Amino acid sequence: MADTIKLEVSRYSPETDAAPHFQSFEVPFRRDWVVLDALNYIKDKQDGSLTYRWSCRMGICGSCGMLVNGEPKLTCATFLADYAPSPIRVEPLRNFPVVRDLVIAMNDFMRKLQKMKPWLIRKEEKPVSEGEYLQTPEELDTYKQFSMCINCMLCYAACPVYGLDPLFSGPAAIALAQRYNLDSRDQGAKDRFPVLSQHDAIWGCTFVGECTRVCPKHVDPAGAIQQYKLTAALDWVKSIVLPWGGK
Amino acid sequence: MESVFSPFLSLDFSPHEKYIATCLAAAGSLFASRPESSGFVLMDVTTHDVLLVGGGGAGLRAAIAVSEFNPNLKVAVVSKVYPMRSHTVSAEGGAAGVIKSDDSLDEHAYDTISGGDWLCDQDAVEAFVKEAPQELLQLEHWGCPWSRQEDGHIAVRPFGGMKKMRTWFAADKTGFHMLHTLFQTTMKYNAIFRYDEWFVTKLLVDDGRVQGVVAIELMSGKIQAITAKSVILCAGGCGRVFPFTTNASIKTGDGMGLAYRAGAPLKDMEFIQYHPTGLPFTGILITEAARAEGGYLVNKDGYRYLQDYNLGTPTAKPVLRSMELGPRDRLSQAFVKEQEKGRTIDGPYGPVVHLDLRHLGEKLINAKLPFVRELCTKYQNVDPVHELIPVRPVIHYMMGGVSTDINGATPLPGLFAAGEVACVSINGANRLGSNSLPELLVFGARAGKAAAEFASSAKPISNSILAQAFDEQRRIENQFLRNTTGRERTSTLREEMQTTMETSAGIYRTESSLAAGAKTLRQLQERSDNLSLDDHSLTFNTDLVAALELSFMLDVAESMVQSALQRTESRGAHQRTDFPKRNDEKFLAHSLVFRAADGRPRVEYLPVTITRWPPGERVYGQPAQKAGAS
Amino acid sequence: MKSAAATPPYTLNHPRWYRKRVSTYWWLQRWEYLRFVLREISSVFVAWFVVLTLMQLYAVSRGPDAYDEFQNFLKNPFIIAFNVISFLFVVFHSITWFNLSARAMSIRVGGKRVPGFLISGPNFAAWLVISAVIAWLLLRE
Repeated sequence: MADTIKLEVSRYSPETDAAPHFQSFEVPFRRDWVVLDALNYIKDKQDGSLTYRWSCRMGICGSCGMLVNGEPKLTCATFLADYAPSPIRVEPLRNFPVVRDLVIAMNDFMRKLQKMKPWLIRKEEKPVSEGEYLQTPEELDTYKQFSMCINCMLCYAACPVYGLDPLFSGPAAIALAQRYNLDSRDQGAKDRFPVLSQHDAIWGCTFVGECTRVCPKHVDPAGAIQQYKLTAALDWVKSIVLPWGGK
Repeated sequence: MESVFSPFLSLDFSPHEKYIATCLAAAGSLFASRPESSGFVLMDVTTHDVLLVGGGGAGLRAAIAVSEFNPNLKVAVVSKVYPMRSHTVSAEGGAAGVIKSDDSLDEHAYDTISGGDWLCDQDAVEAFVKEAPQELLQLEHWGCPWSRQEDGHIAVRPFGGMKKMRTWFAADKTGFHMLHTLFQTTMKYNAIFRYDEWFVTKLLVDDGRVQGVVAIELMSGKIQAITAKSVILCAGGCGRVFPFTTNASIKTGDGMGLAYRAGAPLKDMEFIQYHPTGLPFTGILITEAARAEGGYLVNKDGYRYLQDYNLGTPTAKPVLRSMELGPRDRLSQAFVKEQEKGRTIDGPYGPVVHLDLRHLGEKLINAKLPFVRELCTKYQNVDPVHELIPVRPVIHYMMGGVSTDINGATPLPGLFAAGEVACVSINGANRLGSNSLPELLVFGARAGKAAAEFASSAKPISNSILAQAFDEQRRIENQFLRNTTGRERTSTLREEMQTTMETSAGIYRTESSLAAGAKTLRQLQERSDNLSLDDHSLTFNTDLVAALELSFMLDVAESMVQSALQRTESRGAHQRTDFPKRNDEKFLAHSLVFRAADGRPRVEYLPVTITRWPPGERVYGQPAQKAGAS
Repeated sequence: MKSAAATPPYTLNHPRWYRKRVSTYWWLQRWEYLRFVLREISSVFVAWFVVLTLMQLYAVSRGPDAYDEFQNFLKNPFIIAFNVISFLFVVFHSITWFNLSARAMSIRVGGKRVPGFLISGPNFAAWLVISAVIAWLLLRE
């Protein structure tokens, strides 16, 4: 293996550039280095103006999502060795506005997440002194997978619907709504239904399935959305057939 | 344009002043709308009742506490990263709270106090152990997916230093689930306003109290004052002062630096914890839960070496407070001793020992330690089911921090602190695993309530703090953004600082190593006045952020080394080879470090509060019968 | 209470974000997107086979001459080529459909989720069996 590897990194500074352009850097090639290590090396030793987000470097905070050779990845979990000796192209996440270099604007996602009411909704709260709400391991298992979302937004970068329709709520937001819908302690599925059963929410999804493929935590947002489509359709039928009944 | 008018209308000025200000704003806005002219630009100011610096577990819990206390109080959460990126997210092992019928609050208190080598304030520990289970239950009510027993009740697991099983857990991603639950719950409260990706550079102090902060909006480079009647620091610890750490890049001691410069003292800064099992190159944490489930620590001969260090005798199944479930400081010290004897394994990144999980079996590892398996396979190319994991002690947690009382209040009126940034102190000289997550909740809630009460009865913000804010804005511009004559690089100074700290203030310290460290750090402080940035732009300038973080880290590092120099005893995580014994006559006290006028640290002492547990010997490794309670 | 200073020009609102225009040919830029679009287009070919079947039934209902005409129509080389392409698309459609349906359903037995291949597997098996039976019926003389 060669001693160095080339990184082509997307640069953009709104004060001087009209559009992003690529800049090449040579970095040392080490077997245990990930793309993030290479970016840090560039920033520390070659060009301190290279701008990107990172924090935990262990794949749990979700800050370092970028496109590596066109594929959405967490750069803290993407090894240089998997690409060497070919050059590696690093770009900001697709489908988001680029603020600077590899940093994208996340405001849209934060707003959409909040719309989904991602908190436990109860008709009546039990006081803390009475102890915990009981939940068996099986009940925990029904929603556990969807609770693993680290909000890295790789799924948004992979979703062509989100790219074409900026109003689409997106995979992670809907998966998190479904996480609460399926939580046995939650009683707010009815509150989330009007937000979810919309054209710019679940019905905008055409089950491309890319979101699930790129998710680093195996949340399976596509599965969450399709399962909820079934629930929503059945609820709608029920509301027609039994308008007086239901939860 | 409205943004130019509205800020002045929200401060507590008299109607006459507001009229004049509005006229001037109108005049100024003519210039403000043409930024390229060198005309007047008025600073935006926003105001709130309570302001939180940091949006992690403690910050979010405090924000909720303020809203629960009084929904009309306006809360600001100012964080340099989006809250779900806060370092709380990477905590794995669990959170301790007494719920089993065979357990008692006194036992949890005793384990904590003895684990802290009697440097803990016992009144604070008593309050902590009482409120911890209530806070954890509250979090469960908010939706946290705690792992359960078959019957649906909360499950607990054993943990290091604890004599009974009382550690609640959510698979092996407890911190992740806690943080996301808290973050999603804060979205319910309309009074909580978030400033995401705003970097606080200075506390505004006037009239003897803290009245807000100066912060940079990273997205646009705008520097503005955010005023508030009380400020709670929840900005986390300072692990990045050392080279090998489990901590994220954002743990740069910002909160401690802010308080230190504002005149609040830092407490027990010499006590920083090494976690015994971190991966060698990345420093990634291998949770204590791996040892709680039964993992062994072995040296190069496959020998469970902890038995040589007064930590008990090896058994097949883990025994609480014994061997691998001993306290972290003793395990890290054992590593250094093994290294001196030449019994550690030489890896490509230095000496390591091995963590052996093979005997636990694939089924248990997949059920209880899936994240550990994932991290080892990915980052170390090792499958714990079949192979040994190389580990070494790495910096993990800062017991010291901004000195607060039992309600999170610092001696500086209007300033509060909670979480790892604060030192109450419940962790003393060494923290037990699974005490830090409940600490966020208990003291986050307490500080939130105390800050809300303070803000409810505080006087209006003084008019003169805006001048301070302008001075700060000018300082940042002149020292960093417009400085073209600097010669030093941020990354070089940072690496030198980290190396210095590891050699001078590592697991074992001596007078000479600490004195040399103090001297080097002083030089680094002076050199850091002469930084040259590569990035002079305004948009998301991470080079500027790194430079500001470096200056906080240097202040914190100096205070750590000075406190360590003056504590001539060994206690918990602070081990002096020249003073190997614990000295309760002289040092049963917290070190308080203040910033002197010349910028150097000055140390005083504050006695520890002892209520029911007089100082004793820390005993590990024996079958636990001695409860220690009076 | 004037507070002003000569300061560098701040980007007062927010900096100019760069929004890349999504190309009309976005679906050609990645193999996964192309596969998705082909999957969606396959429904057109499924519809074609439905129409073809209806034409066949109509021809049957009108008697042997009409049916002979229909068979001549089918022997047209362009129609044969088109039907081969349609057949491939319909097979692709069926494979992707069975795979996706497993993911869209969350069936739990005894508290644990039934893995995907246990849902799509029987579907594939049934498809193969029914196809084999029909092929045997058609080819036995």
